[in-house]
Amino acid sequence: MNRRNLIVGVAATAIGLAGLTGTAKAAEPVKVGELFSYARIAAFADPYRSGWQLAIEEINDAGGVLNGRPIEVISRDDGGTTADAVRVAEELVSREDVAFLFGTFFSNIGLAVADFAKQREVLFIAAEPLSDALTMAQGNAYTFRMRPNTYMQTGMLVDEAAKLGKTRWAIVAPNYEYGQAAAANFKKLAEEKMPGAEIIIEQYPALGKIDAGATVQAILQANPDGIFNALFAGDLAKFVREGQTRGLFEDRTVLSLLTGEPEYLDPMKDEAPEGWIVTGYPWYDIDNPIHDRFVAAYQEKYGDSPRLASLLGYTIGYAIKAMLDKAGSTDTDQMIAALEGLNMSTPIGPMTMRAIDNQSSLGAFVGTIAVKDGKGVMVDWRYADGADYMHPEAEVKAARGDQ
Amino acid sequence: MDLSFVVVQFLTGLASASNLFLIACGLTIIFGVTRIVNFAHGSFYMLGAYMAYTLVGPLMSALGGVVGFWGAVLLAACAVGLVGVAMEVLLLRRIYRAHELFQLLATFGVVLVMQDLVVVIWGPEELLGPRAPGISGSIEIMGQRFPEYEAVMILAGPAVLGLLWLLFHRTRWGTLVRAATQDREMVGALGVNQGLLFTGVLFLGAFLAGLAGALQLPREPANPFMDFNIIAEAFVVTVIGGMGNVLGAFLAAFIIAELQAFGILIFPKITLVLIFLVMAVVLVIRPWGLLGKPEAPSGHGFATDRPLRPLSGKGQLAIALLLAGLLALPLVVDDYGLNLAIEVLVFALFAFSLNFIMGNGGMVSFGHAAYFGLGAYGAALTVKHLGAPMELAILAAPVAAAAGGLLFGWFVVRLSGVYLAMLTLAFAQIVWSIAFQWWEVTGGDNGLIGIWPSSWASGRLVYYYLTLIICGAAIAVLWRAVFAPFGYTLRAGRDSPLRTDAIGIDLRRHQWLGFAFAGTAAGIAGGVFVFSKGNVDPGVLSIPTSVDGLVMVLLGGIQTLTGPLLGGAVFPLLEAYVMPLTDYWRAILGGVIIALVLAFPTGIVGFFDNRAHVASEAREP
Amino acid sequence: MNTVLQVERLAKAFGGVKAVTDLSFGVEAGELLAIIGPNGAGKSTCFNMVGGQLTPDSGTVRLSGRDITGLPPRAIWRLGVGRTFQITATFASMTLRENVQMALISHHRRVRALWPKANGLYREEAMAVLARVGMADQAERACGVLAYGDIKRVELAVALANEPKLLLMDEPTAGMAPGERIALMGLAAEIVRERGISVLFTEHDMDVVFAHANRILVLDRGRAIASGPPSQVRADPEVRRIYLGGAAEPPEPVS
Repeated sequence: MNRRNLIVGVAATAIGLAGLTGTAKAAEPVKVGELFSYARIAAFADPYRSGWQLAIEEINDAGGVLNGRPIEVISRDDGGTTADAVRVAEELVSREDVAFLFGTFFSNIGLAVADFAKQREVLFIAAEPLSDALTMAQGNAYTFRMRPNTYMQTGMLVDEAAKLGKTRWAIVAPNYEYGQAAAANFKKLAEEKMPGAEIIIEQYPALGKIDAGATVQAILQANPDGIFNALFAGDLAKFVREGQTRGLFEDRTVLSLLTGEPEYLDPMKDEAPEGWIVTGYPWYDIDNPIHDRFVAAYQEKYGDSPRLASLLGYTIGYAIKAMLDKAGSTDTDQMIAALEGLNMSTPIGPMTMRAIDNQSSLGAFVGTIAVKDGKGVMVDWRYADGADYMHPEAEVKAARGDQ
Repeated sequence: MDLSFVVVQFLTGLASASNLFLIACGLTIIFGVTRIVNFAHGSFYMLGAYMAYTLVGPLMSALGGVVGFWGAVLLAACAVGLVGVAMEVLLLRRIYRAHELFQLLATFGVVLVMQDLVVVIWGPEELLGPRAPGISGSIEIMGQRFPEYEAVMILAGPAVLGLLWLLFHRTRWGTLVRAATQDREMVGALGVNQGLLFTGVLFLGAFLAGLAGALQLPREPANPFMDFNIIAEAFVVTVIGGMGNVLGAFLAAFIIAELQAFGILIFPKITLVLIFLVMAVVLVIRPWGLLGKPEAPSGHGFATDRPLRPLSGKGQLAIALLLAGLLALPLVVDDYGLNLAIEVLVFALFAFSLNFIMGNGGMVSFGHAAYFGLGAYGAALTVKHLGAPMELAILAAPVAAAAGGLLFGWFVVRLSGVYLAMLTLAFAQIVWSIAFQWWEVTGGDNGLIGIWPSSWASGRLVYYYLTLIICGAAIAVLWRAVFAPFGYTLRAGRDSPLRTDAIGIDLRRHQWLGFAFAGTAAGIAGGVFVFSKGNVDPGVLSIPTSVDGLVMVLLGGIQTLTGPLLGGAVFPLLEAYVMPLTDYWRAILGGVIIALVLAFPTGIVGFFDNRAHVASEAREP
Repeated sequence: MNTVLQVERLAKAFGGVKAVTDLSFGVEAGELLAIIGPNGAGKSTCFNMVGGQLTPDSGTVRLSGRDITGLPPRAIWRLGVGRTFQITATFASMTLRENVQMALISHHRRVRALWPKANGLYREEAMAVLARVGMADQAERACGVLAYGDIKRVELAVALANEPKLLLMDEPTAGMAPGERIALMGLAAEIVRERGISVLFTEHDMDVVFAHANRILVLDRGRAIASGPPSQVRADPEVRRIYLGGAAEPPEPVS
């Protein structure tokens, strides 16, 4: 359950390398820099690290990249602040001399490292940050993003909601960039796709500090027939308990971002909010050979089930390989050229890196929460291909200017 | 807004008030008796939730639902109380003779260790406990459903208040605690065993924090963010009520919770800043909180009988060598090394500017990050919105910080002691929340990016020298000011406000200028910092940045001039070198802080300074 | 007029308790006026109203004819009133010389100067004042490490630094050994006489009072009950009754 690696990635990777064949040892490794808020959000960081470590190990076992060179990941904690993250990025680039950077969780850190990448002309593949700005207004040629952004995931949920014909909506979201962006996207998309829908109440509790009773009561008082929720983690659990006790969710549609991800669903156990329409990752239910192999290898290596972050880390590992295979070198311009428009298969389907905004088309699963065997699961889910939900090209061009 | 809603929302507010009170009352009791600003209180709270999580399963199956649940809650609180005792006996007791702020520093070390310890023991994932058996449903109040558990919680606050009253008024021990809260020296004079009293108080305070945490379990999963999410609130409630005043804490909790419950209806984003707004308003109107009593004059604890001496010949030589070393540094280190050196210089200036008002002026600031951040944002906004180049924008840094210092300082210098410190914190948090919330201008919590130096200075080498010149010059000016009448007058105000007034000095006005002066210097540091990082976000204004400043000053030595410079230099380096070692770097950092506090209870430079002083005294005939 | 200090109908109450009631007196140029009275008579309250630490409820305080009622201590000091405190107030982390220099820096309105070194300013003047109170040889020691009696002398030096025309001394010899008391008060009296400074002081030690005061004002429960030269006060039956319990006689002057 709470296995953690005491050793940092570099050591782990070194152990992995020790098992390599003689030919691989002879080749000089491709050094890659990785940074993530490992200490600050260990619950997400650990599965993510397990994911990319698994991929890198598989890739190196299979002969590495660029004619037999292994990948060596120099992994660092980004300190959980932009200032620390930029210092760490500097260390990776100028002292460790890495070919490129990947990682980060928080949007502000993702943006800071992206800007650093642009300034230092280094490639950066953002892992977890959801902020639209990373690939839109504040995007740059050196920065790519793997995860479907807030806009895409909100779009997937709105598609479901549009079928239900609810008109009086409440929004509850944490008061920081991700929550605000989710709320703004919801308003925008609701206007486009849900004629007649109006937002009758909005609640923005500070992150991690929701006054759940008061918030639930305020929404109850407004009496919406649908709720769009972007809360997660501790705030979500508080909101769910308080809402269930006060009857907030009875006869109301709830759309909820991220709630179906095992990271957030599992801790709620049998109190997972049944009937919520969510984005997430029903790893237990996905039936395709690549995914099966990933899950089997993951469980074999770590004795734990994968989270969404595991899948993401794993996918980035293979995206790195695909990029290097296509680029044929670690030259930054060539790697960027290779990433732009890169097509690859992932455990959950094909993925393209769209060239105009450097946003991957990785999708997400949309489904309904049910409780089975004492734990929450997603049922009636579908895979929403990210390609169908990306920002319209005209908006991208307007936001990114002539970059 | 119909009546039933108002009633239920009011009751919901009462439940939150109980919660806030339970968290804050232990803190206020500990402060009242020991004068320790216990940062670890949030950690105790978090530990309470985790302990309850662990205990509640086995106990509920062994003793049955209701008995098991409440047994687990009480047992968890007791266990946390023992952790408090351990902290007192193993750590705090050894440094009671040091300045009160060193105990704050030590408890901050405990916070860092505890954060990682919790993850090691319980894992990083959230742990959702069971609902309270028998009261997991809801009752109907005027047609609205109200959770039974919340109804019980409404009673928990007053119940604890009542029990504390009985304890303090009906037992000998409680009477001693009250006496000690009012006059510590007197209790010492009565021959009471102070060590035992403090141990008991730490147990009670930690027990109450643990109880609050354990009672939180049916509401929210135990998680490793609980400590930071609650500690600021706990302090605010304590301060608004009047530090050391339990009834005041109750009153403050009630006011805040109800303002919050109804405030979110009008301003859905208000929770971010509400408590700090309330605190600022209360402190401006009532400088010692709602029910608090005036404290001893500010700066009392810093008074030293060591006159300020200019650098000796050896000292001047050391400074010259240091300067030569800094000038030659690019010859021996790479770009990353220069990067670290830039950070060291920036934080040396930041720490030095903090100590200018703190060690020198006797005004402890818990919110010095505000001026650092105002400098950083001042420069960044000038770049972003006026399209100014670095040369111009960096001038905006001290201007913005000075403006903030003058505005906030005007209120701050009217207070003293811990209240002064908490008001600086409140203002810093208000600035933070503006930066966090004002998307159109500040970029919100994402911050602003693309704040890089002009092309001639964009190389690390040039920017390093630029930093060396700017920060070096600012430190030199501050240093000079310490020895000039301006600094002497601040020190005079610290040593004896009464005498300062009696020799014709408008102390308040002078402190105001001193506060703004130090803020301006911090702003310069912030301006240099932002161009070295290329971005700014609300983190530079946040409590951790202010706390870092305190740690630097205290670790280095508050009653010395070179101490804060050393602290400012060592702390970023320590972080940079420890962070890549392990995921548990925070625990290591905390451990180092604790070790340093125990080894050097007057700071590193202070320690060697004292030894040199003792040695020289011994040489005198 | 030669009246330096004129107090008229001064009153102050704390929460209903009248500390000082309807108090009027004056101090002539060069005069040493002592205020005596049992504990709680209102001596310190009266002092603090003259010095500006307390604001009177009613009445006026005039300095050389100028109304200074309710002015803050710093303003009163600027008009030429120096003072010492019952519980000494000095700058513990500064040397004796620096303590006096601080007063001089303030006197010359240079407290906001950012560049000159404070302990280089008005050095000679400071040393001269210290020499006058007999502390020159200890000028470089920290105030915080001095014996109590010496700190009293430093306070006197600080109070004299801006050449006041009126000196307020609240129990200048409290907490000192008897021998020291006589010596300190003798020194103070000598200095003020040579400089023509008027003095208002309170004192518990009757030896000191009768040795140096030109005139004595006796307070009881906030009211003036007697006033006049020492001999007259000593003879006053009312003073004897309330102040001395009617038993002992106030001591003879030692001169």
